[in-house]
Amino acid sequence: MITTEGFDESMRNCLTGEHRVRALAGGAGLFSMVTAFLAVMVADAQALAGQPEKWQLGFQDAVTPIAHQIHSFHNFVLVIITLVTLFVLGLLAYIILKFNEKANPEPSKTSHNTMIEVIWTIVPILILLVIAVPSFRLLFAQYTYPKPDLVIKATGNQWYWSYEYPDAGGMSFDSLMARDDDNKPVKGPNGEPRTLAVDNFVYVPVNRNVEMLVTASDVIHAWTIPAFGVKVDAVPGRVLRTWFRAEKVGTYYGQCSELCGKDHGYMPIGVKVVSQSDYDAWLKKAKQEFASGEAPLKKDGDTQLAAVNASATR
Amino acid sequence: MGAQAHAEDHHHDHPTGIRRWLFSTNHKDIGTLYLIFAMVGGIVGGFLSMGMRAELAEPGMQIFSDPHYFNVFVTAHGLIMVFFMIMPSLFGGFGNWIVPLMIGAPDMAFPRLNNISFWLLPPALALLVLSLFVEGPPGLNGAGIGWTAYAPHSTSGHPGPAVDFAILSLHLAGASSILSSINFITTIFNMRAPGMTLHKMPLFVWSILVTAFLLLLSLPVLAGAITMLLTDRNFGTTFFDPAGGGDPVLYQHLFWFFGHPEVYVIIVPGFGLVSQVISTFSKKPVFGYLGMAYAMVAIGAVGFIVWAHHMYTAGLSLDTQAYFLAATMVIAVPTGIKIFSWIATMWGGSIRFTTPMLFSIGFIFLFTFGGVTGVVLANAGVDRVLHDTYYVVAHFHYTMSIGALFTLFAGWYYWFPKMTGYMYNEFLGKLHFWLMFIGVNVTFFPQHFSGLAGMPRRYADYPDAYAGWNLVSSIGAWISVLAMAVFFYNLVQSFLAKRVAGDNPWGEGATTMEWSLSSPPPFHCYEELPKVK
Repeated sequence: MITTEGFDESMRNCLTGEHRVRALAGGAGLFSMVTAFLAVMVADAQALAGQPEKWQLGFQDAVTPIAHQIHSFHNFVLVIITLVTLFVLGLLAYIILKFNEKANPEPSKTSHNTMIEVIWTIVPILILLVIAVPSFRLLFAQYTYPKPDLVIKATGNQWYWSYEYPDAGGMSFDSLMARDDDNKPVKGPNGEPRTLAVDNFVYVPVNRNVEMLVTASDVIHAWTIPAFGVKVDAVPGRVLRTWFRAEKVGTYYGQCSELCGKDHGYMPIGVKVVSQSDYDAWLKKAKQEFASGEAPLKKDGDTQLAAVNASATR
Repeated sequence: MGAQAHAEDHHHDHPTGIRRWLFSTNHKDIGTLYLIFAMVGGIVGGFLSMGMRAELAEPGMQIFSDPHYFNVFVTAHGLIMVFFMIMPSLFGGFGNWIVPLMIGAPDMAFPRLNNISFWLLPPALALLVLSLFVEGPPGLNGAGIGWTAYAPHSTSGHPGPAVDFAILSLHLAGASSILSSINFITTIFNMRAPGMTLHKMPLFVWSILVTAFLLLLSLPVLAGAITMLLTDRNFGTTFFDPAGGGDPVLYQHLFWFFGHPEVYVIIVPGFGLVSQVISTFSKKPVFGYLGMAYAMVAIGAVGFIVWAHHMYTAGLSLDTQAYFLAATMVIAVPTGIKIFSWIATMWGGSIRFTTPMLFSIGFIFLFTFGGVTGVVLANAGVDRVLHDTYYVVAHFHYTMSIGALFTLFAGWYYWFPKMTGYMYNEFLGKLHFWLMFIGVNVTFFPQHFSGLAGMPRRYADYPDAYAGWNLVSSIGAWISVLAMAVFFYNLVQSFLAKRVAGDNPWGEGATTMEWSLSSPPPFHCYEELPKVK
């Protein structure tokens, strides 16, 4: 969550964390526990963007305009729901103290009050309207597609992703989770985290509009990068699309997000956001590497064969 | 209310043994069978939960030889808890036991239908348990498809018969629920005692009525959807297979057209039940009775037109998502009315904090938490990130899982003296509550954090960064196991100690008709119809 910006960034984290602390405070009695973890989190402020970190309380850092918008909308709603929850908990606490058998031996017989019933119908409607307006704005922003600078097709397979760059002569490759000889997930060669590390990353240039075309060859999978604020199901027989514009160079991870079988947890998504020149250099190299016929397992939709190949090459 | 308990009528048959239990047509006996069955289901489902939490306590694979078996546990846990624990207890168990007593009916409208409704369930559970031990995907046993059973993972992904067993199990469980819904609707509409108008019915009866309609309208859609799965799997149809012109997303629409009302099926009986308990122990009538009754009707009605909020990432058009976003938010209004009315019922009351009251207040707490995260998830734009993460797991466990479970325990302790004639141990009951309350919050609250950080659901192994909160969750699960041990100990202890409860142990606040009967009520009651003023 926390990057080179250091202090400001950790203050922001601290503040968003605080809302959650308040949400907890009246409730589970975990206040002190959470405060302790918050302290740990701020002290431990040197993690990487694009992947989860220990004892994380909130979202992974946003690196696209949509993700920023999602986060600010979420933080706005979080304040509202925290206040609502505290209000209800406050009422409950008051009732428990004031209207117990000892404090109030004579119960009232009130069973109607039209005015208060109207109020607690109307006020929630107003609150929901206040939420709905920015919510629609966010939703419409997600579906406002800019002109793409780059199109990438992702295909979910049991249990790895295939990527195709149609603009680069249809160059395609497979991206599998890093495993050791016993087929167990391991860290990547550069310390990429276990179960997130992949052999072939997807490369995209920074500050460019990337359109993802997502489909699947066997069962439903879902392609997502939390830091980009995108998630879209990979449905066999359909091509769904989404887009992102990553603002920061870095390595970003996501994980398959629709139950797809035994290795559902073992088909991560790894995206490297790089400068345009690095991207060009990668593309040149990749075109040669993936044209050699060594890595690509699948080009023609013969999925059964591809799956067999995939397990054979592991 | 002028109900009178009647001594047992000796002209009536009072069977024993197999004739009493296997051939039972008595609503109280069938209710008891449902409750015992739900305990069996709960133990099996709880064992599966602990298997999952043991595996998730640390990253890497420790318990299961293959992640598929984790998915099998996930699937069976969901199906068993929904169909074989919560529904048989709240709807089948308390519904059968209490609804006829509350409306002054001598029994259910169709006693034999009632018998078959119950006896369809044990074979259904048996089929589901059997599915764990037959082949699913090539070389592996069991159905690892999630309770949602999305195609094509449940068709081409599982060639073995495990999924067929699970589908047939749901067919039986569904038939059982449809039949009992017909029975409840008929009973409630036709067998109310003279003077018991719809607008005088206790809210628990209202909640069962709404639930019965939800089941009657939604379950046939599930039955159709899973029958199509069955024919896709075995008879070469391609309803959900794009290669034959079918559509996997169609299955999701059909499933959630059932699935969303189903989550209200699980929680609405609890709404009614908690209203009775809160009113009893506040010694006040329910505040805003009509608003409460029609809020349940509204929740049921709106529940049928919000299903695709489970599918925001499945490729719905922008306009479709916008509609489902708006419709889903609407549900917050009637649920808000209910929360505030419960609070207003307690307001000014003279509250006795018995075990059922504690569970009811605990339920309001949990349901408020789960409700507000539901408002977050309703927003398609945010759900884009949270869909299929642990945030969703936390949300629905707070509402329709442990929320419903707390109402179940509230009902259990509330009616235990009525059903058995014995008083439970109050200290153990309160201990059960506090352990459970701490346990479930320690389990599920941190899952919000894991979900926000991006941890997907249905993962047997996860990136090491998620280890911390997962360990906390697993510790919470063990606290809940301890709570359940106290529950079962209290149950046994109450039968051994035989503390006589009396007809109405709860005093002036307990105004519904079942409290005017003896405890336990006679085998046949209301042989002369009571008159309701």
